[in-house]
Amino acid sequence: MSLEKKIRKFLQGPKKGEAYELRSGLVSQYKYERKDAIQRVIQAMTVGKDVSSLFPDVLKNIATYDLEQKKLVYLYLMNYAKSHPELCILAVNTFVQDTEDPNPLIRALAIRTMGCVRVARMVDFIEIPLKRTLSDDNPYVRKTAAICVAKLFDLSPKACVEFGFLDQLRGLIKDSNPMVVANALNSLFEIKDMNVDSSLVVLEFDSELIKTLLMCLNECTEWGRITILDTLTKYEASSSEEASHIIDRATPQLQHANPSVVLSSIKVILHHLGSVKMPAQRSAILKKLSSPLVSLVSSSIPEAQYVGLKNIRIILEKYPQILSKELRVFFIKYSDPLYLKLEKLEIMVRLANESNSTLLLSELKEYAMEFESALVIKAIKSIGSVAIKLPDCVIKAVNILSGLIDQRGDSLIVNETTTVFTNILRRYPGKNDYITLIVPIISAHVSEINKSEATASYIWLFGEYPKYFSNLKDHLDSLVDKFLEYESSIQLHILTSVVKINMASSSNKYSNHLQRVLELATKECESADVRDKAYIYWRLLSSTSTDSQKKVILAKLPPIETTIPSFNPVVLEHLIKELSTLSSVYHRPSYTFIDPSVYSPVNEVQHKEVAKNGKSGNMQDLTNLAKQEIINAKNENLLDLDDNDADDDSSSTKSNNEASLLDELNDLFSTPAPQGQNAQTSSTSTNDILSLFGPNTATANQNTSTGDVNRGLSDLNLNAAPSNSNTQQKTDKVNNDLLDLF
Amino acid sequence: MASQVHFLDIKGKPLLSRDYKGDIPPNTIEKFPLLILELEDDNDEESNYKPFINHQGINYIYISHNNLYICALTRKNENVMAIIVFLSKIVEVLTQYFKTLEEESIRDNFVIIYELLDEMMDFGYAQTTDTKILKQYITQDYFKLVKKTPSRIVQPPNAVTNSVNWRSDGIMYKKNEAFLDVVESINMLISASGHVLNSEILGKIKIKSHLSGMPDLRLGLNDKGIFSEETNNRNLDLEDIKFHQCVRLSKFENEKIITFIPPDGEFTLMSYRLSSNQFLVKPLILVDCKIKVHQHSRIEIICSVKAQIKKKSVANNVEVMIPIPEDADTPKSSAQYGSVKWHPEKACLIWKLRTFPGGKQYFMSSELGLPAVSDPEAILSKRPIKLNFSIPYFTTSGIQVRYLRINEPKLQYQSYPWVRYITQAGDDYTVRIK
Repeated sequence: MSLEKKIRKFLQGPKKGEAYELRSGLVSQYKYERKDAIQRVIQAMTVGKDVSSLFPDVLKNIATYDLEQKKLVYLYLMNYAKSHPELCILAVNTFVQDTEDPNPLIRALAIRTMGCVRVARMVDFIEIPLKRTLSDDNPYVRKTAAICVAKLFDLSPKACVEFGFLDQLRGLIKDSNPMVVANALNSLFEIKDMNVDSSLVVLEFDSELIKTLLMCLNECTEWGRITILDTLTKYEASSSEEASHIIDRATPQLQHANPSVVLSSIKVILHHLGSVKMPAQRSAILKKLSSPLVSLVSSSIPEAQYVGLKNIRIILEKYPQILSKELRVFFIKYSDPLYLKLEKLEIMVRLANESNSTLLLSELKEYAMEFESALVIKAIKSIGSVAIKLPDCVIKAVNILSGLIDQRGDSLIVNETTTVFTNILRRYPGKNDYITLIVPIISAHVSEINKSEATASYIWLFGEYPKYFSNLKDHLDSLVDKFLEYESSIQLHILTSVVKINMASSSNKYSNHLQRVLELATKECESADVRDKAYIYWRLLSSTSTDSQKKVILAKLPPIETTIPSFNPVVLEHLIKELSTLSSVYHRPSYTFIDPSVYSPVNEVQHKEVAKNGKSGNMQDLTNLAKQEIINAKNENLLDLDDNDADDDSSSTKSNNEASLLDELNDLFSTPAPQGQNAQTSSTSTNDILSLFGPNTATANQNTSTGDVNRGLSDLNLNAAPSNSNTQQKTDKVNNDLLDLF
Repeated sequence: MASQVHFLDIKGKPLLSRDYKGDIPPNTIEKFPLLILELEDDNDEESNYKPFINHQGINYIYISHNNLYICALTRKNENVMAIIVFLSKIVEVLTQYFKTLEEESIRDNFVIIYELLDEMMDFGYAQTTDTKILKQYITQDYFKLVKKTPSRIVQPPNAVTNSVNWRSDGIMYKKNEAFLDVVESINMLISASGHVLNSEILGKIKIKSHLSGMPDLRLGLNDKGIFSEETNNRNLDLEDIKFHQCVRLSKFENEKIITFIPPDGEFTLMSYRLSSNQFLVKPLILVDCKIKVHQHSRIEIICSVKAQIKKKSVANNVEVMIPIPEDADTPKSSAQYGSVKWHPEKACLIWKLRTFPGGKQYFMSSELGLPAVSDPEAILSKRPIKLNFSIPYFTTSGIQVRYLRINEPKLQYQSYPWVRYITQAGDDYTVRIK
């Protein structure tokens, strides 16, 4: 701060004003004063002041032998060229001269800066110097000029092609110097992304070119290697031999010190793995990947570790066995930043198996004793996930959790544990020993439960296992008394549970509760959903057939299979192809977050359009179909939902709301067999939709591949994935009950 | 790769920026402080901090260092790992230029930072990131270089673009020497009862080379089967070995021979990791610590350390950091050997033992007062005990340098390699407390 002030003070100087001062410095007869003034101009530029008014005066200093001064003037020029395009022409002469300077550093500097002066008229003057520097003797100049071609293309694609720079650039791929090769490649890729002319072929790979690049690979700098490796992932090997040759060349790079080179090599190897024919060879190659993957986690840069973990999660899903023995590496270090710790837990639960479960659980227990609440919550959830994944360690997990409650007894832990317990019971329904173990724990801590998710869980437990709660009546009393204070989602649960308890018990012990709840819900409740549901129950209960009543009300939910979210297979294929890029860390395919105008390449334009049409078209189909279905079902309530849904779909807003609505729709469509399809984990729910709509859209829209539908839907899936299985459970229940009515 | 690179202070205010591509409006970065704030704002339960943000089609990728953010912006689906590594290279290079990289040094050195940024990246593509090479043609003291014939002397060293892009030619030393340090850092997680939960050895072979010309080196380690996958009786399974870029990777891959032309001066030739628990079944230094908390009055600590290493070996500069509550005060400590100091700013006691021969065991005890009124909200802190030590002339893995052959084809000089071994505690040698 003080320094900034000083600079300000310094720059403000005497009375006549800063600009005046600088200007007079810039035109001073003394060399050192001019240089000093330029430095101060740049300083002012750095702190964000607009010094573009000094443009002509700074420009006067461009012809100098002082390299440092030259660099500063060039820097100024790049920044403010746009504000004085006509004056830039004055600099051209110096630029052209400098590209003939005996010092390669100056030649490169001149051509680099010339490319950065983004003024249309510059195009006319750049031809000769660029041509000369592209065939310069010095590789340092050539590699700089190679990049300059891309800069020129950005400014004027037409000129770039007419002057023949593209051909010259393609020639540079076979240059003797590895750095020139790498930059030429970079430049061509950049041009490829900018190219809008469909008749222009920028770059095509053949096996010849790939061979050259592979030869070059070991000679390059780390950045050059990344460029070449990334190129290799864009090439499809023509034969099994070629693929294994590429893999052989990439394998040594797994030992490079730069984690980015390692990850790019992994990507290359996975990309070409499919083309290798021999299964034995394939598994041998996969084996080699495990320790490089682990090494990503031991990098010294936490941010790089995080990217590594995100990528490992994708790779694990595709090749679950690859790290089966490496659990310990993912143990949390005390000094890790929180985001790393949480991501490490994600990997750990995925690596859980019978042989390491004891170790894993005791480690998770340690994390649950930490003080960062996010970590504690995640650790508790992870313990639950392990119990759900591995039937053998349920008892152990439950004991750990109940021990946690005893030791820490925090409401945060009680809430989280209740949800986890309910999930465990839903995984192993009707198991007497688990129920007798779990129910008393929850029963003892009911008063501490205050989160809606946890409240919903234990109310559901009341309804499901009323016999196991010793003081059920007291609990019900307080629930019914406070009925109107709860939010509507909880009210729905109370309603259902009270009805279920009444139905299950032979005596009329709880009929008072039922009466009151139904009255409260129908007369005083503001939520339409709760009211309607209460009416439905009321009518159902007044029917005479006890059998059908029981069938509807006491229908069991199907067991959940896992609480570890997984990717939709289509998304997974995308992510595997986009390893180490931004999509790998967002876990979303690139087209969902990248502005399509960034890549305006010809070769992808058609593809994109198809995708877009396909997406919106199919969405319309989907909503129409949904409407049809709902009208068929003659469900007036849900028509509102339907409208919402249509809006949400078309605007493709990404809210959980939409996801749950879709889930509800999904449940509706699976009317004939509600128990089989819904109420699994959220991630599978969209698959259900897929299976429902897949055939329809495929026939309706033969031109668009079903892949597009899948992609469209996979967006939704991503939204659905984080939504907890518990909310799912709620909606499922509501729908199950409703559906069975029709 | 990146369209813009920015240096920002802790609040996200830009200090210095470089626009490489011009495809993102220059004022975009002004949103960064808000975005960072948003991440931290809604993290009541879930922490949302991540080293990347996507906002309105612009991706912000950043690393934090010394209260600074170094942030790259891009609109494309770029290689995020490469960008993060590049940003950390910027930090590394600038740190080597200015000793420390912080707000102050950025403001003081903006001219040279601009120059370096230009040299390290062009139009968003990473170029040269090796400090040793950069230092040869970008320096703070220009006048020294331009003294006589202006604009003739400063030339890009050939090394920038050569395939040996880490060493320039024409290096001369009177005495040709190479120093090898084999350093093994031990990370160990020990349970309160003294069991090893997790352990790993992070090994490094560092070289300081004072060699003339373009020497070709070949390093021989004690076991030829060391890298092979065959299981011999002493299965020394080095995992994820990583080499400096000077090592010929394909030669190693095919023949398991380490050959290289070294950069001048100090560098890390290779690093490796060993997590096989067979090497570290028991802690090198065993800590047994009992902490008794009498709420509202005092806390008692009784601690013993034992060096479970060979009798002949000696551990140096052993430091045992015992965490205590932040509000503890007035420590009364006594140690059988060494000194105990209270560090209230770190909320810990540090017990220092300068030398610690193998097989010995020492005790200390300490008592601290606790305030009568304690914060009921105080979170239960589970900080582990941390240990520091170094043991010279000893590697835990048993790795040994057999030979270092130095061959300079033109000069044919005699040279002297020196080798040292040391085992030390890594960043994460910790003992959990009950």
